[in-house]
Amino acid sequence: MSANDGNVLEVRDLSLDFGSPRGRVHALRNINLDVPPGRIVGLVGESGSGKSTLAVATIGLLAGNAEVVGGEILFEGQDILKMDERELRKIRGRRASMIFQDPMTALNPVRSIGTQMIDIQYRDEISTTEKRKRAAEMLGRVGIPDPESRLAAFPHQFSGGMRQRICIAMALLAEPALLLADEPTTALDATLEVQIIGLLRKLQQEIGCSILFVSHHLGTVAELCDDVVVMYAGEVVERGSIAEVFRNPSHPYTHALLECDPGRIKKKTRHLPTIPGEVPDTLHIPAGCVFRDRCPRAFDRCARENPPEYEVGDNRGHLARCHLLDTESEVTS
Amino acid sequence: MSALLEVRDLQVRFRSMGPLRARLQGVHDPFIDAVCGVSFDIREGETLGLVGESGSGKSTVARAIDGLIPVHAGSVRFEGHELTGLGRGHFAPFRRDISLMFQDPAGSLSPRMTVRSLVTEPFRIHGYRDRNLKAEASRLLELVGLGDEFAGRFPHQLSGGQARRVGLARALALDPKLILADEPTAGLDVSVQGEALNLLARVQDQLGVAILIITHNLNVVRHITDRMAIMYLGRFVEQGGTDDIFKHPHHPYTEALLSASPEPDPETARERIELKGEIPSLMNRPTGCEFHTRCPYATDRCRTEAPAFTQASEGHSYTCHFPLNLASAAKTAGSRG
Repeated sequence: MSANDGNVLEVRDLSLDFGSPRGRVHALRNINLDVPPGRIVGLVGESGSGKSTLAVATIGLLAGNAEVVGGEILFEGQDILKMDERELRKIRGRRASMIFQDPMTALNPVRSIGTQMIDIQYRDEISTTEKRKRAAEMLGRVGIPDPESRLAAFPHQFSGGMRQRICIAMALLAEPALLLADEPTTALDATLEVQIIGLLRKLQQEIGCSILFVSHHLGTVAELCDDVVVMYAGEVVERGSIAEVFRNPSHPYTHALLECDPGRIKKKTRHLPTIPGEVPDTLHIPAGCVFRDRCPRAFDRCARENPPEYEVGDNRGHLARCHLLDTESEVTS
Repeated sequence: MSALLEVRDLQVRFRSMGPLRARLQGVHDPFIDAVCGVSFDIREGETLGLVGESGSGKSTVARAIDGLIPVHAGSVRFEGHELTGLGRGHFAPFRRDISLMFQDPAGSLSPRMTVRSLVTEPFRIHGYRDRNLKAEASRLLELVGLGDEFAGRFPHQLSGGQARRVGLARALALDPKLILADEPTAGLDVSVQGEALNLLARVQDQLGVAILIITHNLNVVRHITDRMAIMYLGRFVEQGGTDDIFKHPHHPYTEALLSASPEPDPETARERIELKGEIPSLMNRPTGCEFHTRCPYATDRCRTEAPAFTQASEGHSYTCHFPLNLASAAKTAGSRG
């Protein structure tokens, strides 16, 4: 682990295509991402921006028609993309685990919670009684009352919020280094979302793991995360610490996205801001910057060159893909 | 001015088990009350927001108004006509004036019909044979900002935002006086959500329709509605002017809901009020104030005695023994007057 500054997860220049009857869908292009140890990194973007694909790719759970075109995914220094299925299984559920959007379908409906929580500890050479005890203790930690007796219950006997708590308990049972959370609060009501966010934060501090938190909700990300990565149409357009990106959004897309959030508009208005235009078709990615067609500040260079990641000001770690940040060129006026 | 729609003490109940099973198990009352005693008015051209978490009965209210679900008790009056107890045939004329926008836009459009036949279907159903359907389709599509080229498309060729526009065009087809919009922005991205809401606002300004918006998103309610009502377990816990409620929420549940919608600003790390537990089951309602199981301020009185509806100011009422922000509300009202 010498070459990776100790980051739990590093994605370098990852590009990924899906084969489809209509041609190749360029779902991810030149993705760069770091998840430092003990940090919560938010991955935001609108539907179809590739955020779930990226999260799933980091533990090698891609669909059969996916093909990695280039780049690497380093998990604790090792390239996930070069591993075979056996090596991947050593990581999944142990060093990296995942919770999904829909807690209703993530659990097996015909087996009790206890059985499922004991099953997932199949690698540990301890007695079943011991595994049972660990499962009950973890359920208690995520706030399930009376965990010992609830182990015998089946998923349908729990409400949505409780099921998501159970999923979190299962994911954290092995105390992983990285938790991938794919929109874990989207299917829940507002008051339950508050509870789950609080729980994730508490457990993250206790266990000391990193979290990659996928969400389309800027408010939730601002509240929970330390760093944020903004995706648009399969590219990372901006990344940096929460305070930096939200205070000084440097990519026009991030800027527009923040403007659009009705929670940020203090004054009551009948006319809400929107981002005109549509997301480009990932089958035919146009040359130049992907956001060009909808960008209010686009200029001729944007049509020619796809912008690289520029540093924003002197802030190490705040990067955005926009030609407006190119300090070496004189075009910015 | 009399109201366009007057709902008084509306009650909707669903059977929870068959009569035989109820008798065998000795259950006297095999029903669950999804909506119990809801009263509100909607005036012409006004927008009312109905807010609540899943299972609070907000969609049931809309469906009961439109006659899709039988009303157990109470009255629904539209322009002075009583709607409850009307048979299918007698209800039909009112459906021209009250139209429904469904939650799942793509799912509510028949996959085998083109957009043109979808938006003109209301004319066929209500027997307007003399209209030029092709011209009507272009008019409606233009109204919701879709070009004529969409007329020949099928629902699967539309994006989520476009499908919602088609849903709105259908709802507007017969020049209704009231639109019941069930979660008009659910599942839309923020950039498209604004578009959908702007469209509703524009259509309202042009045509003067009244809108009942059902949503769980308070940010949407704040910008687009004139008045709002908050539902919990099938009852209103607070009702009043939108600005008034946002400034001075009187009910602790309203306060918690307002604090639960996070702002995309890391610096205003607001005090979020975390409610304990989850919404109780309708089968097993708490005693006294039904919110006491989750209320951070609950006392013994709340556990036993159900609070009545109290009028705080003109048009702003709540059900709570220990209302919040009453003093600050009175102060601003005093300085205004």
